[in-house]
Amino acid sequence: MYPNSFLVPAFAVLAVFFFLPTVFNFVYAFTDWSAFHDDIHPVGLANVKAVLSNGSLLSSLRITIVYAVLVAIMQTGFGLGLALLLERDTRINRFARVVFFIPVLMSALAVGYTFQALLKPDGPLNGLLGALTGQHVTIPWLGSTTWTVVTVAFVNSWKWMGLAMVIFLAGLKTIPADVLEAARIDGASRWRTFRSIRFPLIAPAVTFNVATALLGSFNGFDTILATTGGGPAQQTEVLNIYIFRVYGNGLFAQATTMSLALLLLVALLAFPVIGYLRKRERVL
Amino acid sequence: MRISTRTWSRLVHPAVVIILTAVVIGIPLWLALVTSAKSQGEANLPDLSLPRVWHLWDNYSQAFTQGRMLWALFGSLLVMVPSVAGVLIFGSLASWVLARRAGRVMAVLYSAAISGIILPPAVVTIVLLLRQLHLASTPIGMMLVYMGMYMSLVIFFVTGFVRTIPVEVEEAARMDGARPLGIFIKVVLPLLRPVIATATILICLYIWNDVFYAFFVLGGGTYSTLPLNLYSVASSNLYQNNWNLVFAYVVLMSLPLVVVFVVAQRRIISGITGGAVK
Repeated sequence: MYPNSFLVPAFAVLAVFFFLPTVFNFVYAFTDWSAFHDDIHPVGLANVKAVLSNGSLLSSLRITIVYAVLVAIMQTGFGLGLALLLERDTRINRFARVVFFIPVLMSALAVGYTFQALLKPDGPLNGLLGALTGQHVTIPWLGSTTWTVVTVAFVNSWKWMGLAMVIFLAGLKTIPADVLEAARIDGASRWRTFRSIRFPLIAPAVTFNVATALLGSFNGFDTILATTGGGPAQQTEVLNIYIFRVYGNGLFAQATTMSLALLLLVALLAFPVIGYLRKRERVL
Repeated sequence: MRISTRTWSRLVHPAVVIILTAVVIGIPLWLALVTSAKSQGEANLPDLSLPRVWHLWDNYSQAFTQGRMLWALFGSLLVMVPSVAGVLIFGSLASWVLARRAGRVMAVLYSAAISGIILPPAVVTIVLLLRQLHLASTPIGMMLVYMGMYMSLVIFFVTGFVRTIPVEVEEAARMDGARPLGIFIKVVLPLLRPVIATATILICLYIWNDVFYAFFVLGGGTYSTLPLNLYSVASSNLYQNNWNLVFAYVVLMSLPLVVVFVVAQRRIISGITGGAVK
């Protein structure tokens, strides 16, 4: 009735173009595969030692985690704020929802270049801040070794907050009107209604948004490439930027080692995070 | 002083929404628009002022030719359309079987199939594999890579959706002696429309805007895509400062999607949420 043959095309594509390269990752990370010679030999842990000793493995891992957590917080927070602000179906709200969704459609590169121009030390944002404060403002938004990762995470959240908003709006719509009516009759304040009724009921939307933001930004690349390219002083160099740079230098095996590190990071972190969020959904 | 609920919803709230929209989204988009119409010298240090001299046509035609937009548009479509069609057809065929058949084997296959939602693609070794298959730098290789990447998403969405469809709807067709493929095409596929819409929109967005995987697979080859060419236009910005061309390219590249969205926004938004949040 449900023939096995229907499974074949999908699993063939998955096996060859998804699982096989993943298995290759565990092999070629321990070889000397590079652009400089044709033959490939096993070299044991030499690549791992190399990326550990020059500090790039740990610093890229740290930056990737910081970036992903910042994006998850900002993207979900902005999305929820927008959804609550634009919840009622007025003409202005509908218009604003459309406008906030435009960045979702734009390529992340395009968004990145726009913010690179906007955030220059002598650029428009500092100009506006200067006009507001009456002082000469030269904040190095993209030039600080400490804070630029926050700026870049903000730019990425700016691009995706419209999607989070739409998902929260759909979640808010599923809350039955009589539940909110009952809360109102019981004299619950706006905040109390939100905290005890609405927020728990949109928990699935929170899970979805946090999980997609985390996973999406573990794989973060384009926004960072277009704003800082990994700088200043490699302080926004997430794993994928590192992979791209090292691959471009012909050090394929080192790039593979980092790709393996990304795989293990995601496998180690994503499953518990999603499990935790799902459990919270049930408790609430 | 307390603001009454009425003034809040009639005056303050709309004002807050308009100001927020104008500042948060309006300023960045305005910057891209005005800079795309300036001369190279004036765009050297991008600001929010209107162009003193309008170079709209010059910039757009130069971005169009220098960025090889037609060729890149062709490449983007050539890669995206078959990938999306293939991943949806193969994915929903498999999902139907995975959703309907019980048992340990199916459960294991399903878990394996959806693991790709979480696990990142092994982008470096994909290149090695494609070289061995003589598919490196080809559109076919790119399509197969995208299909492998998004198969998990399709199977996850569609299997969940099929489970909500009662088996009884298939039974009548089965009584009439229809074969499995006939039942799938005539009965099941039409019911999958909402979830297929969701998957189509999301995967089109991802592939259309992807630059990371395209770098590795198509980089150095004859074929290109719109984001890849945007990157090469912007990379020449480093030594010749051509913000005007970068933003002309950005506007040209983003405009089609934005227009499609504004025209069909209700269907697109309900399409995205229809399959994602149950």
